[in-house]
Amino acid sequence: MTGWLHHLIITPILLPLLASALMLAFDERRRVLKRWLSLIASALLIANAAALLWFTSDAGNAGTDSPHVYLLGNWAAPFGIVLVVDRLSATMLLLANVLGFTSLFYALARWDRSGPRFHALFLLLLMGVNGAFLTGDIFNLFVFFEVLLAASYGLILHGAGTERTSASLHYITINIAASLLFLIGVALIYSVTGTLNMADIATRVARTDPGDIALLEAGAAILGVAFLIKAGVWPLSFWLPRTYAAAAPPVAALFAIMTKVGVYVILRLSFLLFGEASGDVAGFANDGLLYGGLATMTFGVIGILSARQLTRVVGHYVLVSSGTLLAGLGIGGQSLIAALLFYLVSSTLAISALYLIIEPVERNADEDDMIEGIAEPVFDDEYVGAIEEEEDETGVVIPGTIAILGGGFIFCALLLAGLPPLSGFIAKFAIIDALLRAGAVGPMNWTLIGLLIVSGLATMIVMTRAGIDLLWTPGEDAPSRLSLVEVAPIALLLAVCLALMLWAGPVMAYLEATSAALHDPAGYLSAVAGAPPAGSAQP
Amino acid sequence: MEILLSLAIGVLTASGLWLLFRPRTFQVILGLSLLSYAVNLFIVAAGRLRSDAPPIIGKDPTSADPALYADPLPQALVLTAIVISFATTALLLVVLLASRGLTGTDHVDGEDGEA
Repeated sequence: MTGWLHHLIITPILLPLLASALMLAFDERRRVLKRWLSLIASALLIANAAALLWFTSDAGNAGTDSPHVYLLGNWAAPFGIVLVVDRLSATMLLLANVLGFTSLFYALARWDRSGPRFHALFLLLLMGVNGAFLTGDIFNLFVFFEVLLAASYGLILHGAGTERTSASLHYITINIAASLLFLIGVALIYSVTGTLNMADIATRVARTDPGDIALLEAGAAILGVAFLIKAGVWPLSFWLPRTYAAAAPPVAALFAIMTKVGVYVILRLSFLLFGEASGDVAGFANDGLLYGGLATMTFGVIGILSARQLTRVVGHYVLVSSGTLLAGLGIGGQSLIAALLFYLVSSTLAISALYLIIEPVERNADEDDMIEGIAEPVFDDEYVGAIEEEEDETGVVIPGTIAILGGGFIFCALLLAGLPPLSGFIAKFAIIDALLRAGAVGPMNWTLIGLLIVSGLATMIVMTRAGIDLLWTPGEDAPSRLSLVEVAPIALLLAVCLALMLWAGPVMAYLEATSAALHDPAGYLSAVAGAPPAGSAQP
Repeated sequence: MEILLSLAIGVLTASGLWLLFRPRTFQVILGLSLLSYAVNLFIVAAGRLRSDAPPIIGKDPTSADPALYADPLPQALVLTAIVISFATTALLLVVLLASRGLTGTDHVDGEDGEA
C-alpha cells in the first residue's frame, strides 16, 4: 500500500463523518438527497473495506505479511495516535459496513421517516464502529466508543414512543457507567505502563515491575468489564434483549455489530497484552472469559426458550453468540480462534437478517396471531382449532409474500441453529472440530460442545414454533404488500451467508492466517514501532 | 495531598454509587455526574501528583528536563473525558424529561412500584 492508497486506512472514518456533517446542512425535507448521500457513502465504505481486506490478504500484500499503519498527524508511533489495519480489523470492517449498507437500505422503506436526522446518526454510528476497529491507541478507542455510543443513543430513541424512551433510559445509564469503568481501566494501565499506544503497552507489559502487576491486572480487568458489558456477558446482559427489541428494526440490525465490537476489543487486547509472550501475566483472564461465556450461553438458551416475542428471541440469540465467542476465546488455540471468527461473521449476518425479516413477518401475520400466538403460554395448544377446520378447506394457496418471507425465515432459522447446508453449520462444525482436536479434550471443551448443540436445538424449536404460528396459520386478511426495498437487503445478507458457505475454503484460509497473526503479535508490534512518517525516505 | 485526593475520590465514588442505585431518574443522573468527577480526579492521579510543575515545556531547550514537569497527557485525557461526560449527561437529561412526560413518573422503570 503506497501513495494515495495509504489514505484508504483513514477514509472509513472520514467518509461517514463528512457525509453526516454535510447532511446536517440540509433541511429535513430534502429527504431524497439525504438518502442518496447516505446510500452512496455507505456503498463506498463497503468498497473501501473490501479494498483493505484485499491489501491485508496474501494476494494483495505481495508476500510481506505485516499490518498497515497510518500515523495521524505524521507523529511517530508511541507519541501520536496510530491507525492499524490488519486481517482482523479488515474482516470486522467489511462485516460492519455490509450490515450498515443493508440496514440503511432497509430503512428507506419507511423507517428513516419516523424521526429526524436518521441518516446523519446512522453514518456517525458507522464512523464510531469503523474507528474502534481501526485504532491502535486505547484512549482513542474510548473516543470512538463514545462516538458510536452517542450515535446509538440517538438511534435507539429514533421513532420515539414510551417503550423506546424507557428502554433507552436504561441503555444510556448502563453505557455511561460502562464508559466510566473504561476510563478507570485506561488510567490504571497508563499509570503502570506510561503509554496509551496498544503496541507500546504490549512491549512494556512483559517488563512490568512485579510489584505493579496486580495494578496492571486490575486495570485490564476493569477495562475488560466495560467491553463485557458491551458484549452482553452474563450477568451484565439484562439490558440487551429489551433494548434491542425496543429499537426500530434497521437499528437493531445494525446493533448486531455492536456486541461484536466488545468481543473484537477483548480479542485484540487479550492477544496483544496478555498473549504468550507477556511473561507472568499471560492469559490471566482466560478462565474468567470461559466461565462468563458459558454462563452467558446458558442464560441465552433459557432466554430463547422462554421469550414471548420474536425480537426478544433474537436478543437472547445475540447473547448466545457472544457467549460462544467468549467461552471459545477463554479456551483458546489457533484453529479454534479461526473457527470462532468464522462463526462471528456468519452469526452476525444471520442475526441482522433475522431482525430485518421479523417486522414484515409480523406485519403479515394475522392480527389474532400477533396477540395470541406470541404472547400466550408455550404449552397452550392453539393448533387444535386450526386442524379441525382444515377438513372443509380445499387447500390454501400460499400467497407470494408469505412464500418469500417464509423462505427467508427458514433460511435464517437454519443459519442460527447451525444446521447444514448453510454457513452456520460450517461455523459450528469448525468450532467443534477444533475443540475435539486439541490434544487432551478437557471437561470444559465438552461443556462448550454440549451447550453449542443445545443452543442450536433451542433455536430450532423456537423458530419452528414461531414460523408455524406466524406464517402457516391461515389468516383472514389478505397479506400486505412487501416492497422490494425490504426484500433486497434481507436477500443480500442471506446471499453473503450463502457465499460464505460456497467459498468456505478461502475464507477459512484467510481467517486461519488472521488467527496465526493474532497468536504471534510480533508482526503487529514491529509494524507499529517501525512505521515511517510520510515524507521520509521510504525503502 | 495524596490522602486528601484519595479521600475525595472515595467519597465521590461512594455517594455516586449510592445515588446510581436509587429509583428516581434525577438521582441516577446526579450519581453518574459524581462518579464522572471521581473518575476525572482518578485519571489526574494516574499521572502522578505534582504541584508547582508546569505541564508544558518552554522554549528554552536547556530546561527540557522531564523531571521538572508534570505529565501533560492525563490532563489532556481528563479534558476529553469531561467534554464527553458533559454531552452524554445532557442527552440523558433530555431522555429523563421525555420519559417523565411519557410515563408520568420519574421512576427509572417508568412505573411506580412502591406507591
